[in-house]
Amino acid sequence: MRTPIAYFLVLSGVLFAIGSVGVLIRKNALLIFMSVELQLNAVNLALIAFSRMHADLTGQVLAFFSMVVAAAEVVVGLAIIVSVYRRRQTVNVDDARELRW
Amino acid sequence: MPLDNVVFWVFAPISVASAIGMLLMRNAVHAALFLVVNLFTIAVMFLLLDAPFLFAVQIIVYAGAIMVLFLFVIMLLGVDRGDPTNEPLVGQRSIAVILAVGFVLEVTFALRAGIGFATKAPPGFDRVNLGGNTQALAKVLFRDYFFPFEVTSVLLIVAAVAAMVLAQRRAKAITQAEIEAHRDDFAHIRDAPAGGLEGGPHLDPEALR
Repeated sequence: MRTPIAYFLVLSGVLFAIGSVGVLIRKNALLIFMSVELQLNAVNLALIAFSRMHADLTGQVLAFFSMVVAAAEVVVGLAIIVSVYRRRQTVNVDDARELRW
Repeated sequence: MPLDNVVFWVFAPISVASAIGMLLMRNAVHAALFLVVNLFTIAVMFLLLDAPFLFAVQIIVYAGAIMVLFLFVIMLLGVDRGDPTNEPLVGQRSIAVILAVGFVLEVTFALRAGIGFATKAPPGFDRVNLGGNTQALAKVLFRDYFFPFEVTSVLLIVAAVAAMVLAQRRAKAITQAEIEAHRDDFAHIRDAPAGGLEGGPHLDPEALR
């Protein structure tokens, strides 16, 4: 493999930054959630790049666990979004800012 | 130019462009489709980094299952209205973009100072991946990380139960006081004479015999 490892890490950083901009500027809870997914994937890419750089499979195992936890997180998060939508008829995060029952 | 460099320079711009496309789309369905493209290009990067098992997992779990879940929820909620354009915090968007650019520059400079842009991956990953990447990964997973793996299965079950609890429609509870309050509404049925209600159609007990 002749591509320098740092290229992958820069790509990972760029994707993470785009994901965090998405979290900061979007108002739709679903789009915020997709941006979080993008960030998780960027971190997975960094983990696997480091795994390749050190020739150690532990990084890949960690990325695997990260994917499993992300799947669980998506399931619970989408259930919460559906539940909020039923209560308020909106998924705009600015409308759901009262932290009360 | 070696082949994996070509693949990298073809897929990395697609990856960044699709991420920016996801950021700018007003329509949630379009954003989800851009995210699918992005996840696929990241899977290709996994393949370049000699992780074919995670390449397959990425496509099956992310581009398959998770995105279907996302699209399902988008269609369930019918979210086709765009974002409102008002900013509750003045200048939030521009500050977010400035911070993101700063983050990218910081990562780039840190990498240049740390490992440098010329560092290539060391050879000899074949030795680590002896017998195939999936088998080698399974050895590490089930030998060194067996307990975390089992905890993960508990986590998945808890997440599935939590999703059912959160998303179910709750039946409205009926209190004893409400039963008492409505008791009189049916008093005319309860206290009706044995021959049935007057004025309404009623069964003739003789006809049933």
